Amino acid sequence: MATPSLYGLMAEFDNAEAIVKATHRAHEEGFMDMDAYTPFPVEEVMEYVSPHNTGVPLFVLIGGVTGALSGFILQMIAMTIDYPLNVGGRPPNITGWPSFIPITFESGILLAAFSAVISMIALNGLPMPYHPVFNVPGFERASQDRFFLCIEASDPKFDPNRTRQFLQSLGPQRVVEVEP
Amino acid sequence: MQRDERLQSSEAIIGPGQTYSGITDKISGIPLTDLSKTPRGWIVGFAIAFVLLMMYLISIIWLFARGTGIWGLNIPVAWGFAIINFVWWIGIGHAGTLISAILLLFQQKWRNSINRMAEAMTLFAVACAGMYPILHLGRPWLFYWLIPYPNTMGMWPQFRSPLAWDVFAISTYGTVSLLFWLIGLIPDFAIIRDRSTGIRRVIFSFLSLGWRSSSRHWHRYEMAYLLLAGLSTPLVVSVHSIVSLDFAVAQVPGWHVTVFPPYFVAGAVFSGFAMVVTLMIPLRRWYGLQNFFTMKHFDNMAKVMLVTGSIVFYGYLMEVFFGWYSANEFEQYMVLNRMIGPYAPYYWALILINGLLTQLLWIKFFRQNLPVLFVLSIIFNVGMWLERFVIVITSLHRDFLPSSWDLYIPTFWDWSLYIGSFGLFFSLFFLFIRFLPMINIFEMSLLKFEEDEKEHKLQQAAATSAAD
Repeated sequence: MATPSLYGLMAEFDNAEAIVKATHRAHEEGFMDMDAYTPFPVEEVMEYVSPHNTGVPLFVLIGGVTGALSGFILQMIAMTIDYPLNVGGRPPNITGWPSFIPITFESGILLAAFSAVISMIALNGLPMPYHPVFNVPGFERASQDRFFLCIEASDPKFDPNRTRQFLQSLGPQRVVEVEP
Repeated sequence: MQRDERLQSSEAIIGPGQTYSGITDKISGIPLTDLSKTPRGWIVGFAIAFVLLMMYLISIIWLFARGTGIWGLNIPVAWGFAIINFVWWIGIGHAGTLISAILLLFQQKWRNSINRMAEAMTLFAVACAGMYPILHLGRPWLFYWLIPYPNTMGMWPQFRSPLAWDVFAISTYGTVSLLFWLIGLIPDFAIIRDRSTGIRRVIFSFLSLGWRSSSRHWHRYEMAYLLLAGLSTPLVVSVHSIVSLDFAVAQVPGWHVTVFPPYFVAGAVFSGFAMVVTLMIPLRRWYGLQNFFTMKHFDNMAKVMLVTGSIVFYGYLMEVFFGWYSANEFEQYMVLNRMIGPYAPYYWALILINGLLTQLLWIKFFRQNLPVLFVLSIIFNVGMWLERFVIVITSLHRDFLPSSWDLYIPTFWDWSLYIGSFGLFFSLFFLFIRFLPMINIFEMSLLKFEEDEKEHKLQQAAATSAAD
């Protein structure tokens, strides 16, 4: 089990093909708590590191349905119950529903879009002012041109020495310890 | 081999010999330039835009002091420049969403280098557009009455009116465009954070929300981005359709036409792409972005303009046809009045520009000759402005009763508010290109990775076929 003085071990690679191979190997090896840090989304890497559903689509669905329903109900209440008024021959009752569709649609889209953005940020745990991986010297290149694979100490198969040996066997530029 | 090279030069969507760090250096270098080293051209451009912005401000102050009587409005022409310019600006915005959302869903890789800039253009154009209906209200300080909220007056907005739909459409469109733009900027904020020091690093650390390029995060990010694109696609079509319903639901001759929604959407995309081209050609030259804005981009955008311009032209022909086929004397007179009435020069200029000049884009020479394309793109935007002028003014100024006919003559304040809105647009745009990465950096790196992989696979296939 993890020693509290270590967040994990991180290997640095200088090209995208290497990080794809490395995550594939680590996945085969049975590591679960690992993450790759890449300057752009690499599809194969995401499949190994985060094989589960992202959770975002469900929130978007809920947001969209909620927005559309509340937009429609708001108009129905205002135009047929609270202040019924016949304008332009559009009846002030339920049969006038077609003229409520544009606003129903817009409010559905609005809430769905907010749900997409907020759920993505919240499920990712952002904003996060501090994270151990930033302790690694040279990690700023993860957003630019270097690719990092970090096996976290919380992984049941993690062992400081054997995991280090495993990472070394992937042919990285270097392997470093990540302080918590 | 020779054929390969030729393919590269006209088909490439990213210049040859790029590296990840080269891409990042080039694009993030522009916003990271030291303040004292701001290019002189930028300062001059921003100064001009800022002067126009002040003119805009003065026009608004005078409007608030004196009311809409300072414009050339009258009855019957109660919708003058304010509505023309509103529709024109909102139309320009549509290209940004089209590029960022619809082309993403269609996996058009060439969009990656222009989407950030086009989205910024959308936001600023929507800001310019959104001002006009508010300024046109007469009592603009009561604009919040348009928003449904429980109030002591016991009033609601008239939800069955296209004008109330407009409020929702434009505000949703502006908000979703802003979200789309901001979420695209998060990884690029992280890049700038990682490349800067001092106060700039602190600011961009906050803006990047602590983004650490984690693949788990990328996974959700990609999903959210894709869903936003999926949501924006019907949204952008709905917005200009609803704008067109402002006209089409009314019974004014020339407005009451079923072709309006698709024809307005096509016109919006047409003018928006023209504006993107107008902005891209000088930026490409001044900032040396030839590797990111390639001829392939201009060729594709010219083709989009050709298609949408032709749809718009079809709309003009249909308007004439409907006028005749309706057997309605008011509709028939409206068509005749457009062609030979007091505003006939505007109408024929419109037909010449949007109908005939767009057809030049069938020829590759015009699509790939940047000076010609630049001039054409400006002319197209004039054409689209004329379209809105013709629709709004010629329909209103002579409607049903000849006794109420009148002419609409724009005043100084009409023009100053219109030209001043360019000040708002370009001031924002100049600030954007100076302080934010105008090209999506991580998407360019991704594009390079994918192009490399494609080439790698091609080479492998060539090697195996050679071995056979």
